[in-house]
Amino acid sequence: MSLSLTNRHSWFEATARARINGLLDAGSFSEILPPAASQPSPHLAQLDLPGAFDDGVVIGYGRLEKKPIFVAAQEGQFMGGAVGEIHGAKIVGLLRRAVEEKPAAVLFLIDSGGVRLHEANAGLIAISEIMRAVLDARAAGVPVIALVGGSCGAFGGMGIVAKLCSAIIISEEGRLALSGPEVIETVAGVEEFDAKDRALVWRVTGGKHRYLMGDCAMLVDDDLAAFRSGATEFLAGWAEPAPSLASLRARQQVLKNRLAAYATYRDGLQVWAALGVAEPESVPLLDRDSLVALKEGLPT
Amino acid sequence: METLEFRFDSKPGVRPDHPALCGVVGSGNLEILVKPGDQPGCCQVHIKTSARGFGTTWRAVIGDFAASHPAGGTAIAINDMGATPAVVSLRLAQALAEYQGGAR
Amino acid sequence: MSLKDILDRLFPAGHAVNVANSVITGQAQTAQGPVAVLGTTDAAAIDHAMALALADFILDTVEQHPGRPLVFLVDTCGQALSRSQELLCLNGSLAHLASCVDLARRQGHPSLSLVTANAVSGGFLSFGLMADQAYALADAQVRVMDLRAMARVTKIAHERLVELAATSPIFAPGAESYVRMGGIEAIWPTASAELLEAALLAARQAMPATDQRLGCGLNRGGRQLAAGIAQAVQHAGLGA
Repeated sequence: MSLSLTNRHSWFEATARARINGLLDAGSFSEILPPAASQPSPHLAQLDLPGAFDDGVVIGYGRLEKKPIFVAAQEGQFMGGAVGEIHGAKIVGLLRRAVEEKPAAVLFLIDSGGVRLHEANAGLIAISEIMRAVLDARAAGVPVIALVGGSCGAFGGMGIVAKLCSAIIISEEGRLALSGPEVIETVAGVEEFDAKDRALVWRVTGGKHRYLMGDCAMLVDDDLAAFRSGATEFLAGWAEPAPSLASLRARQQVLKNRLAAYATYRDGLQVWAALGVAEPESVPLLDRDSLVALKEGLPT
Repeated sequence: METLEFRFDSKPGVRPDHPALCGVVGSGNLEILVKPGDQPGCCQVHIKTSARGFGTTWRAVIGDFAASHPAGGTAIAINDMGATPAVVSLRLAQALAEYQGGAR
Repeated sequence: MSLKDILDRLFPAGHAVNVANSVITGQAQTAQGPVAVLGTTDAAAIDHAMALALADFILDTVEQHPGRPLVFLVDTCGQALSRSQELLCLNGSLAHLASCVDLARRQGHPSLSLVTANAVSGGFLSFGLMADQAYALADAQVRVMDLRAMARVTKIAHERLVELAATSPIFAPGAESYVRMGGIEAIWPTASAELLEAALLAARQAMPATDQRLGCGLNRGGRQLAAGIAQAVQHAGLGA
């Protein structure tokens, strides 16, 4: 179903709070550690920055089509959605609570460049704690679904966290990777990665590419309602598997095979052609439904 | 960073139970938290701002706001990253409206 | 100190490791029995091939040697910076490696990591910080980013960062910061079999290992907020 422009509420443009409101059942959201009960980070104050009451992440619980859901939503507009001490601890606390209370899922609205440099060490350790907490929640049978579609994408340590989740739902606007193109360009030169070539950046790290490659389970329109229906649909068909040697062996083989096949490639166009897409140049122009149909028609 | 405190007389308005938050602390932006204050005819404002030396401007903007809105009995906390006076005024009005609307 | 020196000091009873493409895989003898030895050397820039090689070895260990402890040796300058690596989702391979360490833990393998020289960012996250406990040699360099680069990105004066780094472990590069913040258990003055045996024993006794780093950071004063906040989130009343 394609959406008319007037019905659309862009996920990309929305704040974390607006995304939560659009995602969950109306009026069902309750925030844990709301702004009125919180202080901005003293680490930022020490660096002469005012900070934010919620330290850039909104956590709480609500319902998605009546099912109990925990939510963590990063605010990409605040310090690049980056993880500091308080921010990280809120997420870890929520994931640990999910192990106890076993909601139907944790929805992790990732919009982050990774570690907050202003609190670098705290951020790195926090991301490591988040990594373990995601795996613990999943091992307890609670799906943890990453929703990626904001301006910061899911980069750095949060790119690793995203790939530890049960699945990733991504929009065309979303990006998922490890190092930012600017960093690669600075260190390795513009020939290696021209960070200003937006089309290239999206062909390498963007939602359509990640979806075609199978690194994201679902591609949705840049729209609050589309993320809501995507998450609902995904959870309806998902049972969280127990961690197992067999599944990691299978994943190992998939990763090994594709490294062997694509190691020399430098552009999504090459990968899509190898996947069997007849006209790779058309991929960036296809709407969401057409791209999903294309993927579903590809040889596996 | 500069911390500023103001108190202005202001007409009291509706006094809901729940605080209201408006805005995001992005570059050129600010967040405003409105809570019940302890003085019914007074609007208390606490500001943390990344830009220094704009005390007079803040005083004027807050003063205008307090004079033209029923903000008495509120305690307002602001985290600012360089928003313009126009944006500040807009957000203050939005935040107060949301607070008094009891919007969830 | 060369890798061979480190191995000789850690495992005087014997070790047999292979080094290929900066990836270490093998085993060694300790007073408590054989251990798997794996990791990176030469300040490796971790890429898909390295991550997959390490993951493969962990899975082999889980399959063939139930309960065998994993000793990770960490020497990485971070992740490889390359367009082709990003094209194939390098964060995914690092996540896969982290999942393998986690599986080993769940299947009853105690683990510890030792930073022998460098531990940076994503390279450290993918396996070193996934072990039950992390240790570092005295001259190890552990960091997210050096202060000059940090100054450029954050637009905060380098002098200011240097000044604050003297008293705040929150962003100051160095293993000491990580010890204070609970991310690293201890710094070893040198690689020694004695310290390794003690660490292995501690890892075994702590099984099944849960992530204690928040409490550790609080007790040592390096992270004074995180533990309390996580607790508050876990116990906040519903409808509160």
